[in-house]
Amino acid sequence: MLTITNLHARVEEKEILKGLSLQVDAGQVHAIMGPNGSGKSTLAGVLAGREEYEVTAGSVEFLGQDLLELDPEERARAGIFLAFQYPVEIPGISNSYFLRAALNAIRKHRGEPELDAVQFLKLAKEKMKRLQMDEKLLQRAVNEGFSGGEKKRNEIFQMAVLDPKLAILDETDSGLDIDALRIVADGVNALRGPDRGIVVITHYQRLLNFIVPDFVHVLHQGRIVKSGGKELALELEAKGYGWIEAEQRALATV
Amino acid sequence: MSVQTPLTWKPKEGLLALWAAWEKEHGETLRPAVRRLKKSAIARFDELGFPGPRNEEWRFTQLGPVLKTPLALPAAETALTQGDVARLVPATPEAAVYVFVNGRLQPRLSQSGPLPAGVVVADLATALVAHADLVEHHLGRQAKFDQHPFVALNTALFVGGAFVVVPAGVTVEMPLHLIFISDAAGEPVLAAPRSVIWIGNQARLDLVQTHVGLPGQVYLHAGVTEISVGASAAVRHAKLQRESRDAFHLDSLFVQLQAGSQFTSQAINDGGSVVRNDITATFDAERAECTLNGLTLASGAQHVVNHTTIDHAQPHCNSHEMYKNVIAGQARVVFNGKIFVRKHAQKTDAKQSNQTLLLSEDGTIHTKPQLEIFADDVKCTHGATVGQLDDAALFYCQARGLGRQQAEQLLTYAFANEIIQQVPLDSLRAALEAGLLGEALPAASG
Repeated sequence: MLTITNLHARVEEKEILKGLSLQVDAGQVHAIMGPNGSGKSTLAGVLAGREEYEVTAGSVEFLGQDLLELDPEERARAGIFLAFQYPVEIPGISNSYFLRAALNAIRKHRGEPELDAVQFLKLAKEKMKRLQMDEKLLQRAVNEGFSGGEKKRNEIFQMAVLDPKLAILDETDSGLDIDALRIVADGVNALRGPDRGIVVITHYQRLLNFIVPDFVHVLHQGRIVKSGGKELALELEAKGYGWIEAEQRALATV
Repeated sequence: MSVQTPLTWKPKEGLLALWAAWEKEHGETLRPAVRRLKKSAIARFDELGFPGPRNEEWRFTQLGPVLKTPLALPAAETALTQGDVARLVPATPEAAVYVFVNGRLQPRLSQSGPLPAGVVVADLATALVAHADLVEHHLGRQAKFDQHPFVALNTALFVGGAFVVVPAGVTVEMPLHLIFISDAAGEPVLAAPRSVIWIGNQARLDLVQTHVGLPGQVYLHAGVTEISVGASAAVRHAKLQRESRDAFHLDSLFVQLQAGSQFTSQAINDGGSVVRNDITATFDAERAECTLNGLTLASGAQHVVNHTTIDHAQPHCNSHEMYKNVIAGQARVVFNGKIFVRKHAQKTDAKQSNQTLLLSEDGTIHTKPQLEIFADDVKCTHGATVGQLDDAALFYCQARGLGRQQAEQLLTYAFANEIIQQVPLDSLRAALEAGLLGEALPAASG
C-alpha cells in the first residue's frame, strides 16, 4: 500500500531524512520508534504533505500513485490520515461542522453522496461512544480549550469518521495518562482490519502494549537502522536507544 | 431638463438645484415645522459643502467617485417586483418585512406581520401627517446636521423612510425587517431614506435594516436613522449593507439610550463601491449598555469607512465594540472608533477592539482608536490587530481533505462568525453563514 524508497528530506538547510525506506501493506500495523531528533515527525509531515519539508531524493508510492505529487488535501482524499502530534485549534468553527465538511470532501472524491447534518450526527455519535467522548465536544470549536487528552481523542475520532486507508499516528501517546491511553488505543484497535494500514510513530514503548504492532522499526539519524517484530520494542524499552546508537557507531567504524 | 454629464456636474450646485426643484414642487405640502427644518438643513449643506482633505473627520474617506457622479432624484414609482426583492434579500419568514424603494414604503412588496396593539410601522411620509407631533418631536433630535454634510443633505431631501413606535412595556415578538432598496433604473439617483424609531420604556424589539440595490446600478444612498431606546428597554439591531458594487452608501445611525436600557447592533458591510457608516450612540442616563459590533467584507476596489462614536455622557454605563474586517484585493477599509467619557461619567466600562484579516498584499486598513477620557474612575480598553490566515490551521484543514479554497473560506468564516452569530434573525444568520462558506442559500421556503 505504501512504499517509501530512499527518502531524503530537509527543513530549510538541514537534512533530516537521509535515505529512509519502508514498506507498509494493508492489514499491517507498523511502529516507528526513535529518539528525539531522529526524524519521526518529519516522516509524518512529509507523508501528509507539509510545505516546510522539502523532499530532495527518493520516492513515496501510495496505492500506485506518486504521493509526493499530490497536495495535502488530495492525499487525505486518497485515504491518508495523519493524527497530529499537536492538533490545531480553530476558534469559530464547530467540531461537527469541520468534520462533516472534511468527510463530505472525501466522500465527494470517492463518488459517494454527501451526508446531511442529521446523517452525520448519527455517524459521529456512534464513533464518539467508542472513544468515550462527551457529545458536547461536537458543538465546541475545533480543539479550542480541549485538554491534551481530549485533543488526542478528537484526532482518533476524526480518523474513525473519515475511515482512511492508511493512518499515521504521530506521537499520539504524548501527554496522555494511562486511562486516556487505553481509550485511544482501543479506538485505534477498533480500526485495525485487513484493508487498512497503520503507522504508529512513538518515542515510548508504552503505547505498543495496547496497540500491538506487527513490525517495529527504529529510526536513527534519518534512516531505519533496525527492524523486527513486537519484541524489538520491548528490547528498546529495556536497553534504551543508547544501544542502537552504540551499534551504529560500531558499524560505522568497521 | 438638460442631461448632466460627469464633465459638467458640480456636486454641490447640482444637489442644491435638485433641492430647489423639489421644494418648489412639494414644499407647500409639508407642515411648516418640517419645511423649516429642511430649509435650514439645505442652507447648512450649502455652507458646509463637501469635506476637503484637511477635514480630520473625512481625511481617510475618499469621496472622489461619489462627487463625480451626476445624480437625480428618483421617481415616486418603482417597477420592482416581489421576485426582484427575493433575489436581492434573503428570505426572513420569521420577521415582519417592510420594503422601502428609494425611501418610499411599498405595501405591495411588504409582508407586515401581526404586531402587538399600539405598535406602529409606517412610512415616515405618512407619519408626518398621521403622527405629526410625535414625528416633529423626534425628527432631527439626534441627527444634527451642523457638521455633517450628508446628514444635512438627507434632512433636506428625504421623502420618507421607516417610522416605528413601540409603546412602553410592549415586547414585539416578531422581529422587524426593514429593507431599503435603491432603484436607479434610468439614471444614477440620490436615495435619502430617513427613519425614526422610538422604543418606549421596558419595550423590546429585534430590528434589522437591510440596504440593497440592483447589480450594476449606480446611486447614492444617503440615509439617516434615529433610534431612541427608552428606560430599561432592550433592542437587538443589525444592519446589513449589501448595495450594488457600483453604488455609494453614506449612512448615519444615531442611538440614544435611556436609563438601564440595552442596545446591541451588528453592522455588516458586504457591498457598495464607496461606503461610509457613521454610528453615534449616546448614553443619556445611567446604567445603560451598548454594544456596537461590525463586520466588513471588502474586496476588489471597495472602500469602506466605519466611524463610531460612543458618548459616555452619564456614569455607570458599559459599552462594547468589536469591529472585524476581512480585506481582499485592493480594498481600503477604515475604522475610527471614538469613545468619549465625560467628566462625571464615573464607573464607565468601555471596551473597543478592531481586528483585521488581510487576505491580500494590496489590501489596506487604517485603524484609529480615539479615546477621550475626562473622568478618573473608569475602565477603558482598546486594541487593534492585523493578521493573515494561520498556516497551521490551513494545513490542518487540508490534511483532513478540504481544498485550499474551502479551507480559506472556512477560516475566514471562523474569523467572521463571532459577529454573524449575534445577528438576531435566524434566517438571515443562516444566509450570511452560507454566503461566507460559499454554499448555496437555503431554500427560500425556509
